[in-house]
Amino acid sequence: MDILNMSFSAGAGVLNFADHLQQLAYLLAAILFILALANLSRQKTAQQGNNLGILGMIIALVSTVLVAVLQDDSAAVLCIVLMVVAMLIGGSIGVWKARKVQMTAMPELVAMLHSFVGFAAVLVGYNSFLATPGADTELNAFHMGEVGLAVFIGAVTFTGSIVAYLKLSGKISGRPLTLPGRNLLNLAMVIASIVLIGWFITTRGVEAGILPLAILTVISLVLGAHLVLAIGGGDMPVVVSMLNSYSGWAAAMAGFTLSNDLLIITGALVGSSGAYLSYIMCQGMNRSFASVILGGFGSDTSSAAPAEVKDYGDYHETSAEEVAKLLKDAKHVVITPGYGMAVAQAQFPVADLTKRLMAQGVDVKFGIHPVAGRMPGHMNVLLAEAKVPYDIVYEMDEINDDWSEVDVVLVIGANDTVNPSATNEPNSPIAGMPVLHVWEASRVVVFKRSMGNAGYSGVQNPLFFNDNTLMLLNDAKSSVDSILDYL
Amino acid sequence: MRIGIPTERRAGQTLVSATPDTVGKLIKLGYEVYVESHAGNSASYYNDQYEAAGAVIAEQKDVWSCDIVTCLDTPPTNLLDAMKPGAVLISRLNPAANPELVKHLSDLGVTALAMDAVPRISRAQSMDVRSSMANVGGYRAVVEAASAFGRLFSGQVTAAGKIPPAKVYVIGVGVAGLAAIGTAKSMGAIVYATDVRSDVADQVRSLNAEFVPIPVVQESSDGYAKEMTADQAALAREVYSKYAIESDIVITTAQIPGKQPPVLIDADTVAKMKPGSVIVDMGAYANGGNCELTKPAQAFKTANGVTIVGYTDLPRRLPGQASQLYGQNIVNFFKLTTPEKDGQLVLDMEDEIVRGVTVTLEGQIMWPPPPVKVSVAAPAAPTPEKVEPEPVVKEEKPAWKRWWWKIALGVLAVALVLAAPEELAGHFFVFELACVVGFYVITNVTHTLHTPLMSVTNAISGIIIVGALLQIGSSNPVIAAIAFVAAVLASINIFGGFLVTHRMLGMFQRSSEE
Repeated sequence: MDILNMSFSAGAGVLNFADHLQQLAYLLAAILFILALANLSRQKTAQQGNNLGILGMIIALVSTVLVAVLQDDSAAVLCIVLMVVAMLIGGSIGVWKARKVQMTAMPELVAMLHSFVGFAAVLVGYNSFLATPGADTELNAFHMGEVGLAVFIGAVTFTGSIVAYLKLSGKISGRPLTLPGRNLLNLAMVIASIVLIGWFITTRGVEAGILPLAILTVISLVLGAHLVLAIGGGDMPVVVSMLNSYSGWAAAMAGFTLSNDLLIITGALVGSSGAYLSYIMCQGMNRSFASVILGGFGSDTSSAAPAEVKDYGDYHETSAEEVAKLLKDAKHVVITPGYGMAVAQAQFPVADLTKRLMAQGVDVKFGIHPVAGRMPGHMNVLLAEAKVPYDIVYEMDEINDDWSEVDVVLVIGANDTVNPSATNEPNSPIAGMPVLHVWEASRVVVFKRSMGNAGYSGVQNPLFFNDNTLMLLNDAKSSVDSILDYL
Repeated sequence: MRIGIPTERRAGQTLVSATPDTVGKLIKLGYEVYVESHAGNSASYYNDQYEAAGAVIAEQKDVWSCDIVTCLDTPPTNLLDAMKPGAVLISRLNPAANPELVKHLSDLGVTALAMDAVPRISRAQSMDVRSSMANVGGYRAVVEAASAFGRLFSGQVTAAGKIPPAKVYVIGVGVAGLAAIGTAKSMGAIVYATDVRSDVADQVRSLNAEFVPIPVVQESSDGYAKEMTADQAALAREVYSKYAIESDIVITTAQIPGKQPPVLIDADTVAKMKPGSVIVDMGAYANGGNCELTKPAQAFKTANGVTIVGYTDLPRRLPGQASQLYGQNIVNFFKLTTPEKDGQLVLDMEDEIVRGVTVTLEGQIMWPPPPVKVSVAAPAAPTPEKVEPEPVVKEEKPAWKRWWWKIALGVLAVALVLAAPEELAGHFFVFELACVVGFYVITNVTHTLHTPLMSVTNAISGIIIVGALLQIGSSNPVIAAIAFVAAVLASINIFGGFLVTHRMLGMFQRSSEE
């Protein structure tokens, strides 16, 4: 036990008290975290959920600091100073980032934050190893195995999140990187990692163990980057959510290495809820969970389908003035935003447009596809930022039967999520993905920068060539602004 | 092709088979539309409105010589005879009850489509004129009842005393019944409803009305309630009688297509009802109705002061809306039969809707159509049914494929606990429990909250700072330094994650809170 509980080294009486205090605090914190997640499932209680999470975190941190003080008589002052300084530095960076971030850049921020947890898990894993290297004890295999896993998951999360961040912020291309035999490559790296962990377990002492651990780290870093590089930008929402889950597992593994129940519980909570969230999203896209995680999207069809370019005929271009007129005469209008709205920062003019139309007695709704944007719920966040009331924002399933009653649909920067080929072209790479059936409405107006660029899936959209579709080719924000002028 | 919209000839018919709105939609489908002059007057749609929508205003003979004629009721023989051979008549024809008419139509060589024979399947819901007329009728029944009632529907407490809410009892929860329930409820009445089909109870409750069951089980295969045996009917009548006597308004909606409707309320019950109560008999037909005393097409007061309304033309009392709905049903039918949107009618006899309405095809008698498999729940619902299954059918995976990962997880979980040394078993135990809890707490998360949920879990996963903090006090300076860096990184997460969630959640608002 002594090798695992390295902080508990002081006199028996103090230890007992500190031990109990810590257990109690950890229990409280764990319960508060559970309540926080539960409350975040509903709109009304969401803010409260966030506050409960903060409270839980404060309890966990304060008790950890307190216990350290109670136990570490010699270096207590230094210890506290280090803790406080670390939290101050990290905290101010965090606060600064969170204040400054644009709501449209939220996916990038979240992805970047995941990488920190991953890196921290790697560091904590290394530390556990340095403090307690391999030895001839009963629990050695478990301890070393856990360290290995913590480093492995942490490193995968770290580079995976960084690549996700780079892709989301447009610093590298969103196109999937398809190396030949990449699935085999992944498999080889996973097997190598397992072997390395096995080797690592057999080592004794720091000098012997550091080599397999270092190789393991490098391989995991490469694996993490490669996994996310192979995933197309369209699947980024799932990836972000999946990385969230990984960061939880990394924390849980670190908890095992330290025998710390709070870390285990919290990590498992985050890990399993994140995994489930990703699973829900995969179902939303009718995508196999496994193939998204392994970057398998489009792999079966890569040779056949996209090569053949279908001719869908001509499209009809329109002007802001005409659209304004259409909207004035309409009774029911539905707006389906996509990533293009986020890129153009058009959510504010769109919200204005909504208000103006509603004031004129037009019934306006929003139809949100589950994977619109680059992060689950991305559109909802943007619309909320622009103060669009959330009770006129509908999910796909709530609105998909009612298109025939809609007079005008404004498709603002969405493409794949409104692509009819998902329903009627069995060979299309996005076949079977549930989409918003906007083409069933009387009129569709598509806001698009130009006809050149396809959606993230790289599939052409026959919707644009329908007779009842009008194309408004310009930056979404300026398009909406000029419609507002004409209204 | 040309579509003709004639003036309706039947006495008292106020509807018209197309409104300016639906004319516009027909023209969009590529048709030319000829509307008989003043055809829409009684429904308050005037010639200039039709012209503005793109129709041609024409004389009677020009309308009847069109390629397609749509109307509401079977036209008189002299007009039928004016139709071109091969022309298409779209109307309510009640072919089951009118074999001579069917014969006559075939002799004329026209194609006759009976809109009242649309099969009751989900896909055809948008073309079912019976549903749309019943819906309007149900609304009007409540309006008639309210007008004859002489009291308020909604309960109020006023300075001048208390007004009790009216009690409304609806017998038969089809489309008309549901419309009546909804209307009565929205006017503030307390509503009870009964139907022999117990599966409509949920629909009744969804309108906040109370369902009164009948101790008779009946399931319907064609969407209509069936005639009951004598015993069953007696049992049911007891329930009707009990509730009718307690209620202020009784609305009956039982109709059996092409037959005399069943009597649900006998004279005895009427005699026991309170003076001032009202019965609206939507089943009134030929020489009877759902109430023994009903006089079809009339409203009268019984000796004990109960008003019995037997109007048989309830939809015709709302001609504007009823015409619009009927016209839209027709448009929906044309959408189905004009696949190219080029104004060419294509009657695909493979399509069960088209086959179902076809009475004669270019002179050949097609009635009756082969039976159609009916989705039972469809006819009762007033709201549009779910669309047909997606064209891309999801393949059902074999059982092992759906289960293998669950089994694998289970085996792993068991193995962990069994293999763990004593000191670690507790940790695995806690770990596995936490996994399950994490799974369940977010099962019902609303889609809107995915992002805040993710940023909060991200902040919480910053809990790894606890690990770093525990190591920061290490006497080994390398360990302490690494732990310090880890703590800095983790606290970026904690502060950043919670703050950004707070910011996001602050933005969510409901329109009522503005």
